[in-house]
Amino acid sequence: MSKPYELGAREVYCGIKSQVLNAEEYISAMLDREREIDAKVNAYITVTDEQAGKAARMIDQKVSRKEDVGRLAGVAIAIKDNICTKGTRTTCASEMLENFNPPYNATVVERLINEGAIIIGKTNMDEFAMGSTTETSHFGSTRNPWNLDKVPGGSSGGSAAAVIAHEATLALGSDTGGSIRCPASYCSVVGLKPTYGLVSRYGLIAYANSLEQIGPLTKDVYDCALLLSIIGGYDPADSTSVNLPQKDYTALLHDEVDGLRIGVPKEFFGEGTDERVTKCVWDAVQRFEGFGASYAELSLPSLEFALAAYYITAMAEASSNLARYDGLRYGYSGSIEGSHWSTVYSKNRKIGFGSEVRRRIILGTYALSAGYYDRYYLKALKIRTLIRRDFEEVFKEFDVLMGPTMPIPPFNIGEKIHDPLALYMCDVLTVPANLTGYPAISIPCGLSGGLPIGLQIIAKPFDEETVLRTAYTFEKNTEFHRERPKI
Amino acid sequence: MKRRRITREEVKHVAWLAHIELSAEEKVTFTQQFNEILDYFIKIDEAKTEDVPPTFHVLDLVNVSREDEAKEALPKEEVIRNAPREEGGFFKAPRIV
Repeated sequence: MSKPYELGAREVYCGIKSQVLNAEEYISAMLDREREIDAKVNAYITVTDEQAGKAARMIDQKVSRKEDVGRLAGVAIAIKDNICTKGTRTTCASEMLENFNPPYNATVVERLINEGAIIIGKTNMDEFAMGSTTETSHFGSTRNPWNLDKVPGGSSGGSAAAVIAHEATLALGSDTGGSIRCPASYCSVVGLKPTYGLVSRYGLIAYANSLEQIGPLTKDVYDCALLLSIIGGYDPADSTSVNLPQKDYTALLHDEVDGLRIGVPKEFFGEGTDERVTKCVWDAVQRFEGFGASYAELSLPSLEFALAAYYITAMAEASSNLARYDGLRYGYSGSIEGSHWSTVYSKNRKIGFGSEVRRRIILGTYALSAGYYDRYYLKALKIRTLIRRDFEEVFKEFDVLMGPTMPIPPFNIGEKIHDPLALYMCDVLTVPANLTGYPAISIPCGLSGGLPIGLQIIAKPFDEETVLRTAYTFEKNTEFHRERPKI
Repeated sequence: MKRRRITREEVKHVAWLAHIELSAEEKVTFTQQFNEILDYFIKIDEAKTEDVPPTFHVLDLVNVSREDEAKEALPKEEVIRNAPREEGGFFKAPRIV
């Protein structure tokens, strides 16, 4: 018999709705679990235990009165700490926003509350989502529940760790260059970066607006589809949100990939890709033949430039987005007396931001500065066009692309943190989906030496249906998603 | 020795443009790290981009606008609540002139 905190969202919802499961007891079991293990995992920055308990009691009352409770009634969800929650501090894992209490909810948070979901806490992350390990958090690293010496991936490391360690049933993350898929891969959960424009970014604290999307981190593909159905869809408050009819993705899940054409980019298995990853992911790709799909190798030559183009673009956008942190309206501020305004700002930003954030702001400023704009920023944007063209070309022949999510298995905490470039290299397989805006998922496809490996599936823009159906078919015919760390 | 792409003086200048104070030690480590990173970035020189337009944005949306209608604003005390310093309902800033 599963403990209540081990259940998926569908079981929790059905249990609560049919009064087999009591929302208050389930939330309380989840909070006990968090208290028991989070000193080790450090998945949360803030736990909203009081509000969660109150919300659970309300759900139980509504259920007993047979009132409408929404599609996520009582389900515990963890929210990455760069997504605004009214009245609950939203820190971006930064000293700069350590005491920031947003006066409004992000659109995705409103939608979750409207469906009866219960926010259980705000999760740890790399500071301002800049990183792939969750080590740059002002609140200390999150640890990988599979092996506490290893990184959980990042930047949404807290969200992925919380889900696999049963400290949350569902979680939201954000993905600018792989920040949902990387920790999903390293913690063995399902993580989806939706098509750019599908999910509202209103209330997501900006890092690089042209690249990022909010998306689900879940225990299985069904829960991912369910969460996407709720957070996806047009929002007039986000001018880059696309006005398309809302979909119920759970109704589109079929264990069926007959005739699916899978493309496998050679570049995803280059010299930087670990042999263990290559083997595990190829095994997964080959399984699809047995399910009725076909696969072929292909080449995307422009991918060679993707990582550099991504980092230049992301840093440039970051330097502009993070210019707002001056310590006047909100954020960290030291003394303002007797100093020149420019010195005040510079000191606030020195102390408020950690070193990786400062590195990216300064390099981004450099890439946009007179004399370097054409050479770095504009060139990167032109490469972005080349990569999009390559993608459009290969998707004439293929329905999905497959490859590893991460080129290497989870590594030790502290192993790469002093070498920024080595860390950037970890994102080489995830950034193409951000540069092009295409939807991409990471699903568990095996363990190597007790550490998880993720399979990445990319499809055409707004074809989440195919991404999810492909992932669902794999899940239905394998057992990898059932593996749990012993913690 | 490889040519330095960015000098310590340039790092200092760009940090000043970005309003970020750096310690003496950081000026050294950042300069070294920036040179390594820029050495990698410069790979983009090899990409052939003549007559290729830039992609600022992946969507085809242009100038999304809405009706210019007044809506209820957030309450002033909610907005000012996060300010490190306020006076008489205003944000308090350092002296500018």
